[in-house]
Amino acid sequence: MSKTYYIGFEPKPKLSGALLDIVNLHANVEGKDVLKGIYLSIEPGEAHVLLGPNGSGKTTLVNAIMGSPKVRVVEGRIYFKGEDITGLPTHERVRMGIGVAFQHPPGIRGVKLRVLLEKLSSRLGKGADLEKAALLVGMKELLDREVNVGFSGGELKRSEVLQLLVQSPDLALFDEPDSGVDVENLAVIANAINELCGMNAKPSARIRSALLITHLSYILKYVKADRAHVLIDGRIACSGKPAEIMDEVMEHGFGRCAECLRERM
Amino acid sequence: MSPGEDVKDRLRKIKERAKDAVSKTPDVGPDVDLSKLRFEPGPEEGATGDLAERASSVGIDMSGKGRAGTYVQIDYSAMVDRMTSGNVEVMSISRAIDTYDWLTDYYWRAMDVDVDKFAALAELRGSGGYFIRARRGAKVELPVQACLYLRTPNLAQNVHNIVVVEEGAELHVITGCASPVTIEGLHVGVSELYVKRDASLTFTMIHGWSNEMDVRPRTGVVLEENASFKSVYVNLNPVKSLQSAPVVYLNGPNSKASLISIIAASDRSYFDVGNTAYLRGRGSRAEITSKVVAKDEARVISRGSIVGEGEGVKGHLDCRGIILNPAATILAIPQLEAKAKDLELSHEAAVGKIAEEEIYYLLARGFDEEEAVSTVIRGFMDVDVKDFPPALAAQVEKTLDIIAKSL
Repeated sequence: MSKTYYIGFEPKPKLSGALLDIVNLHANVEGKDVLKGIYLSIEPGEAHVLLGPNGSGKTTLVNAIMGSPKVRVVEGRIYFKGEDITGLPTHERVRMGIGVAFQHPPGIRGVKLRVLLEKLSSRLGKGADLEKAALLVGMKELLDREVNVGFSGGELKRSEVLQLLVQSPDLALFDEPDSGVDVENLAVIANAINELCGMNAKPSARIRSALLITHLSYILKYVKADRAHVLIDGRIACSGKPAEIMDEVMEHGFGRCAECLRERM
Repeated sequence: MSPGEDVKDRLRKIKERAKDAVSKTPDVGPDVDLSKLRFEPGPEEGATGDLAERASSVGIDMSGKGRAGTYVQIDYSAMVDRMTSGNVEVMSISRAIDTYDWLTDYYWRAMDVDVDKFAALAELRGSGGYFIRARRGAKVELPVQACLYLRTPNLAQNVHNIVVVEEGAELHVITGCASPVTIEGLHVGVSELYVKRDASLTFTMIHGWSNEMDVRPRTGVVLEENASFKSVYVNLNPVKSLQSAPVVYLNGPNSKASLISIIAASDRSYFDVGNTAYLRGRGSRAEITSKVVAKDEARVISRGSIVGEGEGVKGHLDCRGIILNPAATILAIPQLEAKAKDLELSHEAAVGKIAEEEIYYLLARGFDEEEAVSTVIRGFMDVDVKDFPPALAAQVEKTLDIIAKSL
């Protein structure tokens, strides 16, 4: 498969065998430095969670991985499946097997959810059952509505997760799937994430990887991640076991993570 | 039967007024030099293959299948005028004038013949047009179609159309106007539409002109009590200039009008377009929607005006535009005028660039750039045609699909 690269991003050779490998990533948004040297590796079958306060750069990291035109990478590399994708257009990254559930998806007028799902299924999905997936997230009634137009907060999140279920990406990025949803929706969303990523199986038996972004961490009661990271001011302040990091954040907030980061600098 | 003296007298007076307006340039839109145009069509052979294809692009099925009637005019000649239902009449305007004395009740009643030189031209150098009539109480389910085709280069085609939907009748009309892709010329289309008491008319007009043509439609619509009028206008192709300001008079109490126009402006097209509604009858309602997509070096002036003159009337104006590149321009001029008490007039206007966020969203779903852009444009142009009969709705949808892919 030949790929189009944006000018100035000649691909570089891979560094490790990880599914996703982010090396010293610096990026800015509208001239403001947001990511200031991110290192992050996700192995096949692993689910990672990224915690961090508002404004720390979590969504920018997701957009950098996706190749959003709003994010300008100024230094560093992103490797996926061993290939340098730093300069690759968004749709080619998607076709390589990356998928995203957005935090604030826009309404797409004139496109029915069913039509979008059929496209995802036929082009990218590996034969995912559309109806079954819709049933799992309770979206069957919304299939003939325009994508995200007039959806409630919970419906938006379920619609995003449904699209990932049908797309079946090798790496699924979830940008705050738990923000602004009630407990009932949270359980449905978490269940779908577990289903998509095969979370109930051992990491070695799983076929998909995930990066789950949250600043609430409630969803971690339902989704068992393998590793957690705390993002502070555009840098990963610490990484470790999700339970330990969650305990720390629950008890002290992100303050001690910020201190820890300063000591290291 | 020859027309009575009073009819002849009125027609004579109309001609005189038209003569006084031959050099009356309209206030809006670029002027057109009539001296460079020809008023004699060229030979008729050839170009008919192109006709079927172009007519189809503006919604006309030359086989006449699924239509209650068909009118096709090439240059100055009516090629087809037929009807398949006894409830509806379709014929050339000249034949209608000869046939019905009462046609004078509908002849230059929805607008003035001396409004500008183009209207005057349609009277003085008239070259055809159609007459469509739905009889009293008739529910004409299948649409009537009318096609005006300009074939001879540099020709001025000046048609006068009249549609009458009689008391309690229901009529659907598909009109399509087209020309070969590259020719120069002028099309003047005077259309007078009358929707009588308790009657309803749905009307689609699709334009597919050449980028060297000047187009000056002149439309007046008169609604009586409880009458309903719904129209969709779509422009498909670039033109040299198109200036059109249809006026709808909601004279009858509780009359309703919904006017939608969708303009795809590309190349170096110049458009000055916009509907006006006069809410006169008590409790009458109008909704005007305009969507414009401009690219290349196109310039679009998108107007819209609602004048509230009756009690308890309600009007809403929705005027939206996107420009796809910086050389294109859109000027939106929504206008509301209140002249009575207890009325409610409102407008929304928004002009800007294409929604980048929506494009990125679709790219993140694996769409390529081109597909994402056309999907977002298609979504922007999407209009609610669920009240239209399936044939008209399908035609509008199909036309918008074509536009979205071509822009």
